[in-house]
Amino acid sequence: MEKPFAITLDVGSSLANKTGSWRTERAEYVHRIPPCADACPAGENVQQWLYRAEDGGYEAAWRTIMEENPLPAVMGRVCYHPCETACNRTHLDAAVGINSVERFLGDAAIELGWTVPEPAHHSGKRVLVVGAGPSGLSAAYHLRRAGHEVTIRDAGPVAGGMMRFGIPQYRLPRDVLDADVRRIVDMGVELELNHHVGNVLEEKSSGGFDAVFLAVGAGIGRRAYIPAGDSARILDAVSVLHSMETGERPLLGRRVAVYGGGNTAMDVARTAKRLGATDAVVVYRRTRDRMPAHDVEVEEALEEGVLMKWLSTVKHADPGTLLLERMELDSTGFPQPTGEFEELEADSLILALGQEADLALLDGVPGIAVEDGVVRVDATMMTGHPGIFAGGDMVPAERTVTVGVGHGKKAARHIDAWLRGATYERPPRHQLVTFDMLNPWYYADAPASVRPQLDVARRRSTFDEVVGGLDSRTALFEARRCLSCGNCFACDNCYGVCPDNAVRKVQPGEPYGYAIDLDFCKGCGMCAAECPAGAIEMLPETV
Amino acid sequence: MPFQPVKFYQTGSFVAGNRLLDPEERTVQADAGRSNTLTSGHRACQGCGEALGARYALDAAMRATQNRLIAANATGCLEVFSTPYPETSWQLPWMHSLFGNAPAVATGIAAALRVKGRADVRVVGQAGDGGTVDIGLGCLSGMFERNDDVLFICYDNEAYMNTGVQRSGATPPAARTATTAAVGSEPGNVFGTGKFLPLIAMAHEIPYVATATIADLHDIEYKVERAMSMHGARYLHLLVTCPLGWGCESSQSIEVARLATQCGLFPVFEAEHGSVIASTKIRRRVSVEEYLRPQKRFAHLFGPGGRPDVIAHLQRIADQRIARFGLIEGGHLDNDGAHAETNGADGRHAGAR
Repeated sequence: MEKPFAITLDVGSSLANKTGSWRTERAEYVHRIPPCADACPAGENVQQWLYRAEDGGYEAAWRTIMEENPLPAVMGRVCYHPCETACNRTHLDAAVGINSVERFLGDAAIELGWTVPEPAHHSGKRVLVVGAGPSGLSAAYHLRRAGHEVTIRDAGPVAGGMMRFGIPQYRLPRDVLDADVRRIVDMGVELELNHHVGNVLEEKSSGGFDAVFLAVGAGIGRRAYIPAGDSARILDAVSVLHSMETGERPLLGRRVAVYGGGNTAMDVARTAKRLGATDAVVVYRRTRDRMPAHDVEVEEALEEGVLMKWLSTVKHADPGTLLLERMELDSTGFPQPTGEFEELEADSLILALGQEADLALLDGVPGIAVEDGVVRVDATMMTGHPGIFAGGDMVPAERTVTVGVGHGKKAARHIDAWLRGATYERPPRHQLVTFDMLNPWYYADAPASVRPQLDVARRRSTFDEVVGGLDSRTALFEARRCLSCGNCFACDNCYGVCPDNAVRKVQPGEPYGYAIDLDFCKGCGMCAAECPAGAIEMLPETV
Repeated sequence: MPFQPVKFYQTGSFVAGNRLLDPEERTVQADAGRSNTLTSGHRACQGCGEALGARYALDAAMRATQNRLIAANATGCLEVFSTPYPETSWQLPWMHSLFGNAPAVATGIAAALRVKGRADVRVVGQAGDGGTVDIGLGCLSGMFERNDDVLFICYDNEAYMNTGVQRSGATPPAARTATTAAVGSEPGNVFGTGKFLPLIAMAHEIPYVATATIADLHDIEYKVERAMSMHGARYLHLLVTCPLGWGCESSQSIEVARLATQCGLFPVFEAEHGSVIASTKIRRRVSVEEYLRPQKRFAHLFGPGGRPDVIAHLQRIADQRIARFGLIEGGHLDNDGAHAETNGADGRHAGAR
């Protein structure tokens, strides 16, 4: 080719110059585990379903929840949301209202009739689930999805377990619970109610079951010996809450004392208020900060006029009055008696001192180990008896609905593997995302949405639901407050900020939306530094 | 139900793209079909702010002119790292002549196009701070006063980086360079010297003068697009980090530029016909110390034998600029959500936009 004067070479592109050879560090896209998912007892991939909800993909979001948790509408009401406590957004303004978005999705599913199809394949294996509480329902759901025949047997007249007989209606309306349960039953899960399982081995062999999951809960109120005069009215909280469901409203009187400091104590005190008690007094031997009840519950109880008597024990119960002794915390935080007494007027005393599991169905089953009133299970949720698994409140754990659901899922995975003669390998856990891994500059300011609450006046007199839901606009806003910790959310920042144009967009469907062109990546680290979500890691280049 | 604005997009328009925004509201840089005017394989250092700033600005200008754009480039890093003979990284017609004459070359290109009747083809001139504020100032001032139809972009990295970090008229006080050693009672570049070219450009009362940094992509693209919507002499002063000359990590280029704006030392504003019409408000205010500390060119101000008095002096300068350019409105920082109802993406660029 004829070249201009003094030109001897063709024009070349700098693309021939592979500057990737300068690199000592390489950028890599990673998935890290966000604190919400890390904290979720049910193992929900919170960030992932929020991601789907962010662009209005509510059904996809709901189905992502359903991968892990079959009770979204229930969860969105009764979960104590450790995800929100862990949320990295607390370092910016306030946690993402994960629980309220979950409830919105759960309610949308009920309203729009989203269902989960029956499994396409059948394993031919039969599993017996004992107990239709959160743990049992969760296990049944996951086992059914894995293609097994599942039968749930429950001694009660309706399904739900503690969700029905422990959690009052003002926290969990029964139509919501029924809808979430019905969806599981509609997948072909057999539900046999009013069926008390007396001996688990007998039922296992007579029913031809290949494995059993026990989730009978802890439904017996713990009693404490309290010296009492004749006709002093002493009840236990579990029975009170139970009778609220079975039709006969308990007679509690005008002045009700509740003994204990857990969530059940709050529930029963708030129930007493709604039944017409003028005074509902919670008597607890320690201080508020040591109460096992969750803060929200205590707050709501106080708002409704429940009174608290800290550092007090009940020494004697007489009709109409209780004798309380004042306590003092010693240096270890344990309450010690002071010898100072006072009287409290009370028509009834309700004991909310914890609950125990009825383990009679395990009598005579070889290999079962019971410690502190609960059944010991191994890391696969299996008891000492092969093929019998257990979870929920009857095994050692925190006793919440969400923990129960998590147990059910975990047990289902192991039961499924066990039935196939395999072992379930948990996928390796990604690195946890801490706030310092994020680049918070990029997130727009946004205060949390507040769920409307029922007027206090109405809360004291009715069993209407206290906490309302978000509407779709507010739910969308709330979902978009998610920082997407540790996971790419396609913001194009890495693609934009690379001075070497070494980030490529790849086809949807690839594990990540972008790829690094190592021919030209000089390893400056700008993409990693400017990734809002901390989803890019710089790794030393090996020679 | 408490009222919540619906127009909230998680990261709003702070990030390059954001799948929640309409494609028109995303940046040119988020577009897989962007021009990549400065393509891969160039020999700029790792994390070069100038390479990034040049692609940001020229890609936006390419979109604004439907790819009918010619660039005249002064001598400097940008020229050296992009065009070692016979390679070029430029994917637009690009011309280099001398260190000091880029504005005149651009003027000549514009004149030739006028003669040829090619009103559709537009011209940018570009240079570093040395080529703009020192060596090329005469040509640039001439280009301004003749109101030639050129957008001139200065990539300001505050020293002659290409030749080994010598002081320029844009080097900030107290900064160490090869010619302003960090020794003596007044270490680094002396206070009271240097010039801020945007104000000189404004004194020419040309149609458009703006400042921006590589820390705000949407802002750069907005300003380039606005400049290209006008005719006559226009000037864009872009602060670009130099990891080598400033002594910061290559990964920190954008962060350091961001800190320059958030401490008030680098005011981001736009002016038309000699008057400031809008300034970008500080969103997360920081002290100058936070901006200076990551840069080794200011290392002598810190540690034992450090100079808190010098830092305080720089802080006073920052405070004056905040007041002068109205970087904090009514004592309030920029509140992203406040204008969410009235503006496209989280209410940024409210006011003049």
